[in-house]
Amino acid sequence: MIWGVLQFPGSCDERDALHACGLLGAEPKLIWHEDGDLGGGVDAIVVPGGFSYGDYLRAGAIARFSPAMEAVGEMAAAGRPVLGICNGFQVLCEAGLLPGALLRNEDLRFVHRQVELLADGPKSPAGADNSAHRLSIPVKHGEGRYWAPPETLDELESRGQIAYRYAPGQNPNGSVADIAGVTNEAGNVLGLMPHPEHAVDPLTGSTDGLTVFRRLERVVA
Amino acid sequence: MSTELAPHRALGLTDSEFELIVEKLGREPNDVELAMFSLLWSEHCAYKHSKKLLRKLPTEGERVVMGPGENAGAVDIGNGHAIAFKVESHNHPSAVEPFQGAATGVGGILRDVFALGARPIAILDSLRFGELDSERSRFLLDGAVRGIGHYGNSIGVATVGGEIYFEEPYEHNCLVNAMCVGIAKQDEMVRAAAAGVGNAVVLMGASTGRDGIGGASVLASAELGEGDEGKRPTVQIGDPFEEAKVLECCLELLAKGLLVSLQDLGAAGLTSSAAEMASAGGVGIDLDVARVPLREADMEPFEIMVSESQERMLAVVEPGRVDEVAALCEKWQTGCARIGEITDSGLVRVLRDGEVVGEMPVEALVDGCPLYDLEPAEPQGWVYGNRATLDPDASGEETMLALLSSPSIASKRWAFEQYDSVVGSRTVRRPESADAAVLQIPEAGNAIAVSIDGNGRRVACDPYAGTIEAVLECAQNLACVGAEPLGLTNCLNFGNPEKPTPAWQLDRSVAALADACEALGVPVVGGNVSLYNEGPEGPIYPTPVVGMVGELPDPSRATGSGFAAEGEAIGLLGPFEPNLAGSELAKLRGELDAGLPLPDVAAVAAACAVVRYAVREGRLSSAHDVSEGGLACALAESAFAAGIGCRVDLQHLRERGCTPEEALFGEGAGGFVVSGDRETLEELGAALLGTTGGTTIELAAGDRSFSLGLDAAAEAWRSLADRQTAPTP
Repeated sequence: MIWGVLQFPGSCDERDALHACGLLGAEPKLIWHEDGDLGGGVDAIVVPGGFSYGDYLRAGAIARFSPAMEAVGEMAAAGRPVLGICNGFQVLCEAGLLPGALLRNEDLRFVHRQVELLADGPKSPAGADNSAHRLSIPVKHGEGRYWAPPETLDELESRGQIAYRYAPGQNPNGSVADIAGVTNEAGNVLGLMPHPEHAVDPLTGSTDGLTVFRRLERVVA
Repeated sequence: MSTELAPHRALGLTDSEFELIVEKLGREPNDVELAMFSLLWSEHCAYKHSKKLLRKLPTEGERVVMGPGENAGAVDIGNGHAIAFKVESHNHPSAVEPFQGAATGVGGILRDVFALGARPIAILDSLRFGELDSERSRFLLDGAVRGIGHYGNSIGVATVGGEIYFEEPYEHNCLVNAMCVGIAKQDEMVRAAAAGVGNAVVLMGASTGRDGIGGASVLASAELGEGDEGKRPTVQIGDPFEEAKVLECCLELLAKGLLVSLQDLGAAGLTSSAAEMASAGGVGIDLDVARVPLREADMEPFEIMVSESQERMLAVVEPGRVDEVAALCEKWQTGCARIGEITDSGLVRVLRDGEVVGEMPVEALVDGCPLYDLEPAEPQGWVYGNRATLDPDASGEETMLALLSSPSIASKRWAFEQYDSVVGSRTVRRPESADAAVLQIPEAGNAIAVSIDGNGRRVACDPYAGTIEAVLECAQNLACVGAEPLGLTNCLNFGNPEKPTPAWQLDRSVAALADACEALGVPVVGGNVSLYNEGPEGPIYPTPVVGMVGELPDPSRATGSGFAAEGEAIGLLGPFEPNLAGSELAKLRGELDAGLPLPDVAAVAAACAVVRYAVREGRLSSAHDVSEGGLACALAESAFAAGIGCRVDLQHLRERGCTPEEALFGEGAGGFVVSGDRETLEELGAALLGTTGGTTIELAAGDRSFSLGLDAAAEAWRSLADRQTAPTP
């Protein structure tokens, strides 16, 4: 599977995401946001973290209009893996590819911290392998408080779309129901605030982030 | 004489400096020229009170790729790559408006590094505020930390380390020093010297507005005082998104070989960039201000020339390649304007629509400023306050808790959790996990360690010994992760050099910096001077801040500062002579007038070599240098990391004549707390102090012995967040 990583003006973690995707197998591609062909053919896409367009209007609000995002919408509809990390999660929510919204952190401060996540949706591969159930992955964001109206939350719960929650006592931003990441109904579009691309090497932290990428690869396998 | 200030005096020039300008021009300068001279002849740009001293610093070394005089220094890291780095101050803007002051401080130092063609990979910050019980200090701390995070996080450069101290003399004049580290391919690096008569001068990045006019001359080269709110318009406003685009654009331009030279616009804006580029290249330069993209249409030529609007870069480009440069700027959605050309006139000429509005010899602007000798005089005794806050009869346990919760010693987690320390995937040791930040450099197959240090109070106690200690502390931090120093950058934060005491402090401090670097064999590759740091009550503590970059072969061997396992031996390595003079405890007791002993540099260097060797061989479980709060606090910090307690007997130091308090809380250079197996520590020559394990910190030292629960100790150490209850600005 060939992964592509989008790059907007103001993206920060696109090289990190490229590095992580490279560990999964085939050589990944960096895709400029004006490229509506997504580099001429990739199987899966990462919308990376950072501050696209400075997050000046509202996080992700401008990036969603780029030509590449139209193509990402088509990939999502076709059931291909789409992973939005941090600012990428915000972009996917703004684009309507994922439900809900990301608000400013409860204490109004940027927070960078290693946190524990629980992978708990039924589509999660975690059920079989208990060690993969609890992940150590860093967060770093100022607008990461996931919010959705109660009826949407009920739907997300019942359909198993809440892919990742912060472990008890670890919620860094005050998100509703400790939500760290959600999927679309089909499960091929995943957005999360923690940074799995910063958890792929024991030297710099943990390797738990790789399970997040593999989870999406498995959706289409 | 009229009461109205003569224009040159209002701009900070003395009468004799003005006369010298008239002599060099052969006529009186016009408004544009006077504005430009006043900035380039300011302390901030001309170093007129410090240049003679700085010539003492050793700048040569085998690994030096670029030294002082360039936008930043650079050292060879192997495999055709170089590490560029520099520290710079943004003190006065931050004292007036902390958020933007600190943010643009980060923005400015980033530009210095990518102006060389280096991609910034790390930021470190050295901050000083008044005591935390002051509302103003909490406001400044909150704003500065937010500002650093805002800029660094947004632009995607990891903030990997730093230090914060709280001392009364910084109450009115806080210090915000930012250091940036970058990596470059040596064959893609570029110098700031302009070259090629007929080449185009291109201004890239943001448009030019009225913000920051006079920042360098009005703010940075005079003391702060009453009515500083009126100076707020002289503080620049940062736009990290614009800088992110300019950064990527410049690196792509350099990788494609499209630029002859590149320079950032910092203090004094276009004036200093253009004049310094021309001076370095021995050429002249013509600039037409009518071609500069403006935020406000009616700006005067002098305003355009001195504006300190942020996120701008000046490049020299061959005429045939200007279109390619413009196309890349278009891709990155950033500004690009051809505003002039390189000439052989030896002049900086400012034009407006082709009409000359200012014409000055480059040499007069850049090198014409007179250099002054300091008139130092050692003060009679301690010139700062001395406020006791701790009961002199406090028990060992009470003293320990007071020290751990002292804001300068307490954990800075509240601050560094507001910074992204991992973006870029290089950070192997994050804040608080080791004595120095460690970043892997896959391009060269090795890693670097970075540290920034400087304890102003100890420099105030003795400018020479205190500055030696600052350099040694940096070297010790590097040794703890197994790194060998490659180069040093410094920021000299002092009071008014025209007064005898700050002049004496500066003179002694620079002498010590030179001697310490010489003795350690570490070249000074760049730096910055910030003078006139004074408030109504007098000068700040003299604060030389030292940033050091070192190399280590294997980042996986970089040892942490925390105990790693129960039941291991704890040892003390190095020529540590604990003394209460200048210590945190002496501060709490109001006893800061006892000078400071001079460290033995050669002995500390030898101890660094032993620790470095042991770490590289993977033989230590932890290594942590002894600094503020002495051995007791160093041991506690090692214990907090993984929640592993310790049982220690300081009999060894007692036998050498130390009082119980000196053994526990005395400070000084050269001490390392290490843990590992007993045989290894003995073999390395460590004095065995005790054993790791349990849930208490048990320290035996005569009548000051105590046993403190880890939880209670950690609670005191983690109290900074609760005490930082600043109102949101």
